[in-house]
Amino acid sequence: MPRIKSPEELENVRQDILSRRDPNKSCISICAGTGCLALGAGEVIAAFQSEIEKQGLHAEVDTRSAGCPGLCERGPLVVIYPEEICYVEVSPEDVEEIVSQTVVGKKAVERLLYTDPNTDEQIVHVYEIPFFKNQKRLLIDDNMKIDPRNIEDYLAIGGYSALAKVLNTMSPEKVTEETIQSGLRGRSGSGFPAGKKWKFCRGSEADIRYVICNCHEGDPGAFADRRVIEANPHNVLEGMIIGAYAIGASEAYVFVGDEFPQTVENIYKAIEQAEEYGFVGENILGSGFDLTLKVSIDGGGYVLGESTALMASMEGKVGEPRTKYDHATDKGFWAKPTVLNNLQTWANVPIIINHGAAWYSDIGTESSSGTRVFSISGKVKNTGMVEVPMGMTLREVVFDICGGIIGDKKFKAIEVGGPMGGFVPESLLDLQVDYEELDKVGLAMGPSLIVLDEDTCIVDMVKYFLNFLAKESCGKCTPCRDGLRHMINILNRISEGRGRKEDLDLLELIAKVQKKAALCALGQGASDPLLSTLKHFRDEYEAHIEEKSCPGCICKALSAASSGANA
Amino acid sequence: MAEVTLTIDNKEIKAEEGMTVIEAARNAGIDIPSFCHHEHLEPYTACRICLVEIEAKGRTDLHTACSYPVAENLVVTTKTDEIIEIRRTLLEMMLSHAPDSRDVRALAEEYGAEKDRFAKESSFCIHCALCVRYCAEVKKKYAVGFVGSGTSREISFNPEIASKECWDCRECFELCPTEALQTAYLFTEALTSSSTPFEFEFKEE
Repeated sequence: MPRIKSPEELENVRQDILSRRDPNKSCISICAGTGCLALGAGEVIAAFQSEIEKQGLHAEVDTRSAGCPGLCERGPLVVIYPEEICYVEVSPEDVEEIVSQTVVGKKAVERLLYTDPNTDEQIVHVYEIPFFKNQKRLLIDDNMKIDPRNIEDYLAIGGYSALAKVLNTMSPEKVTEETIQSGLRGRSGSGFPAGKKWKFCRGSEADIRYVICNCHEGDPGAFADRRVIEANPHNVLEGMIIGAYAIGASEAYVFVGDEFPQTVENIYKAIEQAEEYGFVGENILGSGFDLTLKVSIDGGGYVLGESTALMASMEGKVGEPRTKYDHATDKGFWAKPTVLNNLQTWANVPIIINHGAAWYSDIGTESSSGTRVFSISGKVKNTGMVEVPMGMTLREVVFDICGGIIGDKKFKAIEVGGPMGGFVPESLLDLQVDYEELDKVGLAMGPSLIVLDEDTCIVDMVKYFLNFLAKESCGKCTPCRDGLRHMINILNRISEGRGRKEDLDLLELIAKVQKKAALCALGQGASDPLLSTLKHFRDEYEAHIEEKSCPGCICKALSAASSGANA
Repeated sequence: MAEVTLTIDNKEIKAEEGMTVIEAARNAGIDIPSFCHHEHLEPYTACRICLVEIEAKGRTDLHTACSYPVAENLVVTTKTDEIIEIRRTLLEMMLSHAPDSRDVRALAEEYGAEKDRFAKESSFCIHCALCVRYCAEVKKKYAVGFVGSGTSREISFNPEIASKECWDCRECFELCPTEALQTAYLFTEALTSSSTPFEFEFKEE
């Protein structure tokens, strides 16, 4: 493929791709996301390919190894187009029946349909499944329609048209202004307005500027970010290229961990294709704008998500946070002006350019526009990746999208924001997904949601998060390193029945000092899960200490005592 | 170098641009305690004992004096109730590692830190990294570094380098506020005779 040299040429290429595609042709789309692959999607894909060969259908039927649509709980997932019939938990043994009955016979295989766990109703079409229907899917709705490793699929759904529009008709200032107007805020947690960050960076005098896409994701229970880029890498790259143009950056990096080879492979492949087609490199689409785009593999530590540690790691230094008084937009990567945004922030950019700032800012709440893709796990009926509009309540996410609690047990808490987030009790379930609303109760917009039922011990969960941080902290500063050690010590003795009356005050003191004195955001936020539970679930701690009982029957040293008390 | 005027503990002082708050304070005879600050080493901001309150551009926040650059009209307060509580708690954490360190005990007494508030874990090291940074920044030998992360982080000599470089140097020993460094060195000395390979993490700043 020769490099595309102008927006007009891009449109010709797109028309050519579309002319070779018949929208009424059958296509078997199999989720090839990390989750479904782990559940055996690779074998299912191979089985479909050989079955189609066997039945001599390759001229009439396409197969696609698609991006993850999110219903990971029920994988491997298969959607048959154009009817959009959805099958769940498909195994290679089901393949022959699906091809004969559905693809050829146009009839659904009932036993493979999604059954609503609350109504026992069988649902035929993917768009009717409440899990999908109740989301607001801007970033991930097309995932089953594209093979992440095939740029033609992305072009067929209008990919890179936002880039063409920007390079053809908009000045960098106009792009920045449009992004500011859209209200797009950083999806990493702090929620800084993306367009403003770009403006600051562009305003910094420098011979070179950098753009970084943060794909580093290491929270327990978090897999949404990497799944978004894995499923549709070109969307993120397009956002980065547009951002680089707005900022005046000439080099861009995708910072990603190699714990998820599928994700990394898809990104490499997408960059290779984008270079081949002329969306990165010199004179992009004939505009005179040049950009190189590279992957930077991280060292694998959780703390590398912190911006100063991230950039140190990219420079080949030890990935530890450092105290800085300059903004990255003035002195970031290699001490040059740098914009670091989360991949979900970048992924929203083409959508904003295509639909306009006014359209985008109408989605969500007044102060938080757009959507956020979360990974949701724990004791809900449907776990997976969900995209929710800002302003939706956590109750709607748990019950309307995810179908409520497994076994219809009682909801206990939802953990929002990972190891530096907090636990939300039933009484606050009507909390909206919104930067300000979450901040009011001490929570951040993290990538993961973990739902806990009545059989969970809060003390045990907090211990889990603190132990995670005790390993993942760099250990550089005293309040984080030693604070974590002592908080864990105290929680250990509480869960072993040796808790003391003064322990809760001591925990609060350590947390307070850590919050004020730690070097970086990891240390400052490390006690947040603890503090939120001391506020909302204090009675559980008191039961452990005073009654020597564990209400969730989890802490081994206490469970016997508590079940004895109940008997 | 341009001169700037700032206020530290209600005292107006002059300092040269490029200095840090801790240097300016010490030049003016105001002591701000710290374990990881050293005049010949880059700021490290890890012990957090030097946290002071700094008012700049209408905002008041806690900052490490060892790294914060002086500027015109800064208002610095080196001791408030909040700072005393932080220092006391951090010292109590340090005492749990190095209960016999003279430097830590002296400061602990000043701040009323209790020796036994936290469970003991006598690793002796308080992770000031003076040895690690001195070896890297001044001697450029990288003979001592950190291994492990989080709560398992500890100093360790690289036996291969240490066996060549440390015998005639050992300049880092007197920098150590506790006994940890000497212990680690003796341990390494013992190791070098067995030539056991083990992982070592270089510290570069």
